Amino acid sequence: MSSGNGTKRIGIFVCHCGLNIAGVVDMEKVVTEIRKYPGVVYAADYQYMCSDPGQNLMREAISEHRLDAIVNANCSPSLHEKTFRNVAASEGLNPYNLEIANIREHCSWPHANDPEMATRKAIAIIKATIDRLKLNAALEPAVIPLKKRALVIGGGIAGMQSALTIANTGYEVVLVESSPWLGGHVSQLSSTFPTLDHPACLIEPMMAEVASHPRITLYAYAEIEEVSGYVGNFVVRIRKKASFVDTAKCDNCGLCFDPCPVSVPSEFERGLATRKAIHIPFAQAVPQRPVIDNESCIHLIRVKSQGKGDSRLQTPDSRLLDGSECRACKEACPAGAIDYSQQDRLVEEEVGAVIVATGHDLISRDVLGEYLSDPDIIDGLQFERLLCPTGPTRGAVKRPSDGKIAKEVVWISCAGSRDTERGVPYCSRVCCLYVAKQTLLYKRAVPDGQAYVFYMDIRSDVMGTEEFVQGMVEKSRTMYLRGQASKIFRDGEKIKVWATDTLTGKDIEIAADMVVLALAMVPSTTARVLARKLNIICDQHGFMTEAHLKLRPVDTLTSGIYLAGTAQWPKDIPDTLASASGAASRILSLFSRAVLLHEPAIAFVNERVCVGCEQCVSVCAYKATTLDPDKKVARVNEAVCEGCGACVVACPSKAMKHKNWTPRQFFDMVDVFAQEYVGEG
Amino acid sequence: MADLDGEFEPVLVGFFCNWCTATAADLAGTTRLQYPPNIRPIRTMCSSSVDPVYILKALLRGADGVFIGGCVPGDCHYVSGNFKERRRIAAFKTILDTLGLEHERIWLRWISAAEGQKFAATMREFTAKMKELGPSPFKKGWSI
Amino acid sequence: MDNLRSPENRVAVPVTRRALVIGGGITGIQASLDIADAGYEVLLVEKTPSIGGHMLQYSEVFPTLDCPQCIGTPKMVEVGQHPNIKIMAYSEVDSVSGEVGKFTVTIRKKAKYVDWDRCNGCGVCQQKCLTTVPAEYNCGLPFNKRKAIYTPFAQAVPNKPVIDRDHCGHFTTGICQVCSKTCPLGDGVIDYSQEDTLVEENVGAIVVAAGFDLMAKGAISEFVEDPDIIDGLEFERILCPSGPTAGAVMRPSDGIEPREVVFISCVGSRDPELGVPYCSRVCCMYLAKQALLYKHAVHDGQAYIFYMDQRTTGKGYEEFVRRAVEEYDVMYLRGRASKIFRDGDRLRVQGADTLSGKRVDISCDLVVLGMAMMPSAGFKELARKLGIATDEYGFITELHSKFRPMETSIPGIYVAGTAQGPRDIPDSVAMGSGVASKVLRVLSLEEGGL
Repeated sequence: MSSGNGTKRIGIFVCHCGLNIAGVVDMEKVVTEIRKYPGVVYAADYQYMCSDPGQNLMREAISEHRLDAIVNANCSPSLHEKTFRNVAASEGLNPYNLEIANIREHCSWPHANDPEMATRKAIAIIKATIDRLKLNAALEPAVIPLKKRALVIGGGIAGMQSALTIANTGYEVVLVESSPWLGGHVSQLSSTFPTLDHPACLIEPMMAEVASHPRITLYAYAEIEEVSGYVGNFVVRIRKKASFVDTAKCDNCGLCFDPCPVSVPSEFERGLATRKAIHIPFAQAVPQRPVIDNESCIHLIRVKSQGKGDSRLQTPDSRLLDGSECRACKEACPAGAIDYSQQDRLVEEEVGAVIVATGHDLISRDVLGEYLSDPDIIDGLQFERLLCPTGPTRGAVKRPSDGKIAKEVVWISCAGSRDTERGVPYCSRVCCLYVAKQTLLYKRAVPDGQAYVFYMDIRSDVMGTEEFVQGMVEKSRTMYLRGQASKIFRDGEKIKVWATDTLTGKDIEIAADMVVLALAMVPSTTARVLARKLNIICDQHGFMTEAHLKLRPVDTLTSGIYLAGTAQWPKDIPDTLASASGAASRILSLFSRAVLLHEPAIAFVNERVCVGCEQCVSVCAYKATTLDPDKKVARVNEAVCEGCGACVVACPSKAMKHKNWTPRQFFDMVDVFAQEYVGEG
Repeated sequence: MADLDGEFEPVLVGFFCNWCTATAADLAGTTRLQYPPNIRPIRTMCSSSVDPVYILKALLRGADGVFIGGCVPGDCHYVSGNFKERRRIAAFKTILDTLGLEHERIWLRWISAAEGQKFAATMREFTAKMKELGPSPFKKGWSI
Repeated sequence: MDNLRSPENRVAVPVTRRALVIGGGITGIQASLDIADAGYEVLLVEKTPSIGGHMLQYSEVFPTLDCPQCIGTPKMVEVGQHPNIKIMAYSEVDSVSGEVGKFTVTIRKKAKYVDWDRCNGCGVCQQKCLTTVPAEYNCGLPFNKRKAIYTPFAQAVPNKPVIDRDHCGHFTTGICQVCSKTCPLGDGVIDYSQEDTLVEENVGAIVVAAGFDLMAKGAISEFVEDPDIIDGLEFERILCPSGPTAGAVMRPSDGIEPREVVFISCVGSRDPELGVPYCSRVCCMYLAKQALLYKHAVHDGQAYIFYMDQRTTGKGYEEFVRRAVEEYDVMYLRGRASKIFRDGDRLRVQGADTLSGKRVDISCDLVVLGMAMMPSAGFKELARKLGIATDEYGFITELHSKFRPMETSIPGIYVAGTAQGPRDIPDSVAMGSGVASKVLRVLSLEEGGL
């Protein structure tokens, strides 16, 4: 530890931050007090220390007063530690000879009503920081290699956009999608607002490009099992789920579907149609191969239960089939691609950065009490499938219960959104617009039909959508009713909707053929588990938390991990694409460097004291500490140590130290704080 | 340790984990949530780097209460540091009792980076509780 | 996915591996930093004397109530100090030729009448100058004026002054030379003979991040002109701790603290007859924020907000508005204000509450209009020079509103932020990063690989 001798020439720069600090903390008193503190040779205050003139003031003072250590008293170190350390570095100081005293977030702002105590606290914080700084060593960052390869989690539109952007710029990408096919929710849509394009025109070329891209390794039907490592050097274990179809042999002829005796509700059609146990969601799905769903295939269930349990199944022609005997798909396959013995496989990939694009789901209808489960009460995505020319009804708006054309349809916006009691408090951002689009398409399909929309506020705030919604009301005579449905119940052929129109104050009753719920967008169910594996934070709803809502919207607090699309918050398609490109560009910037520099304030071993007890090895979460087999002392891997300090506390012989976070520094800070009142008392 | 107007103002030292509690404190400040100014913040990289010796030192030097804030279980930035600290503090508290110091003077809490509200509320609660406990017996012993 | 792929755009020429970013607001700053951090040179052209854009004018930003000076100035400083970024402030694009990979851009460096290479930004000239002018940065509010030689604000980057020729005594009377004579650096730093100069630069790709302006209040004839009827940007400056009133809330006419303030959303927006039909997307949130900040400053004041629909779709926004209503008693009135007129030393706002069906008549001290967002002044002209398509309102038409939100009608020219349509800061920043990836794709192309 060099220069830790307490003889540094220390300079203090106190920032007013406009009135943010100076409006509460008495600047003059702070500067006067601090000037008297041992070791301080210079102290100044300025309106905005972070501005160009503020930084120049620092530079001049450093050279004029030959300062070799600095405390900046201002906002949180997360905002300006780097800024000021750069300033210090530009004058030849080691950046670790500058420390931040946070007197804004931790002092002036939360104690705005108590200026006197806040001033006292600010002085104490600065003094403690000075004492800690006196023992700081000058450190140089460790150089670590950078793997210029990215992992993208999620094969929806956000993940594909990110992957293509990175791959087309020349870097390799590993794309992991949990479902067997690419495309995400966008592939389920009938068309997009406000231009009414068919999403296939966008998504199918993207899917094809991803699947055939020489620099993209696609793992569809795969999940992230484990992530270890750190920025530049992540190691990812990926579970490739068994599809029971040999991709190399399958030519997607489709002959296996018909013979399969099992029919279950199709996830892609959101239960409006059935699919077989061996299936592909739609003809253009990518990758072009079916999978066997081991939850419904009677052969696989039978094999899994090892003959226990009943896997007999009644086929459509009323034969009883014993599952273990069923080999219908295998027998039908001309290519010999069916392989019931296939197992999940684990693969390991090394990447330098990660994009999380796990998307969203719709909120479960179960939480919304009044919407009884009735086949004619459907959700927005189901209605998309009804409208879709390739959907279960070939685009005819038939109600699910009896296949009759729905003549009166009620849409309910904010089903679960903006509902603090049963649903989620936030707005799902896209419902107002897709509901308007659905009513338009409905009127095109059923010209004599009547559409009603219950809404709270119409949120058509995207360019071009205001006109779209207005046109809706005027041209297609959609009835927009401001209010929430109070009761929805079946009444014979019809579904009754009761509500109050809050604009007229009148009660309304509508006898509808079908009700469409614009269900709230919620994070995908696996988001929390994945976030934990990646060591990133989720908010209370389960959306991934960005590093800064305003200025770092696609970064996370864990370096090397970025967010794209609705994993972060409900977004429409353009915003999703913009954030996906944004996340990609953050990675492109990262990859443009030759190596990464690693924080040097990490653990180190005093070999003369170490007894080789391996306590530090057992507490290290990163396996950064190991025992040197020859010397029988601990070793720290500089590239892997994250500088948490756990080993320091665990070390019984106190051989392990944390650079610039030494016990002596903690003792000195504690002394300043604990003695503050004692001294005055 | 009476303040000038006679009301007891406890001396409180806080060790805040850089990734969660210190960030929550930033958020509490940014959203202008108010809490008593008694707490003196020390940023640590991880709650697991808070050696019980630091806590003891603070108490011996006159602190009336010590607060350690870490990440929510399962969300530790360093994987499992908060669990390590939880075990250490539990053991440490039993020793404090034998020394005749109320173990309620040591608070270990999990406050995530998004919980500015919780941080401010916890600080209000902590300060109130320490006021209720009165001056630390360690300190009383010496200042008489 | 990429309009670079179509064969007609294939040209076998060397790519100029540097980018031009037009507009130094938060979007242009983010795009510049992301491109520069990836190792390519960036030319950042800003028409005003400093980068920073509108964001720096705001008091605190929703929903986190961060101060934009705190989060924006470090980014500005980073741009100013970045070895790969060359800022050309007080400059405008004059003409563009060429095509993707090899554009030639002529840039007009407006006469500053100050030699920026020698000026150290000490500020003496600004103290000594005898002419005061309402400051653009403060939206012309009467409280705190600037001089004829000025930097727009204290944290400006670059932090060097320009002379406003229209007001400078030297140019209006031909006599005054105070700034030139008091300049500590002596002769020639202040140079009244400076003229606009044209410089030619070669770039491979262009980002248009020219931002927005608010619709002029005068565009809405229903509302009388009155000093106490101000727009949202003016109120931001009044609320801003580093603003012309140092954060004290005062009404412009006489500096008195307003007891009642009426905020009106959708002034010009969603109004096909008097204004523009589109929604400006940020007003619902910033008016709620302003009402909340007003209540922070004036605890017993009352804020009213007229609105049509509450559009709070971003992360944490819904909760923010709920807080404004529940904790700060901001009164929301659903409906449009039909009339504003002066009544003695106060203003009267009349309108209808469409929820109760009743007429409302509010006497207040200050009215804040949430004016519509428009493309920035002179933007049509810029679009014409670039040869890119704009819509009827003047916003850049993207190649496809859904699937190619950042590409313009010309390959190699990309758009980000509010130049494409109204959006808030997070969306603008994300788009700034997004557009950088489009540029990086072009700049990283192999020789002849277009």
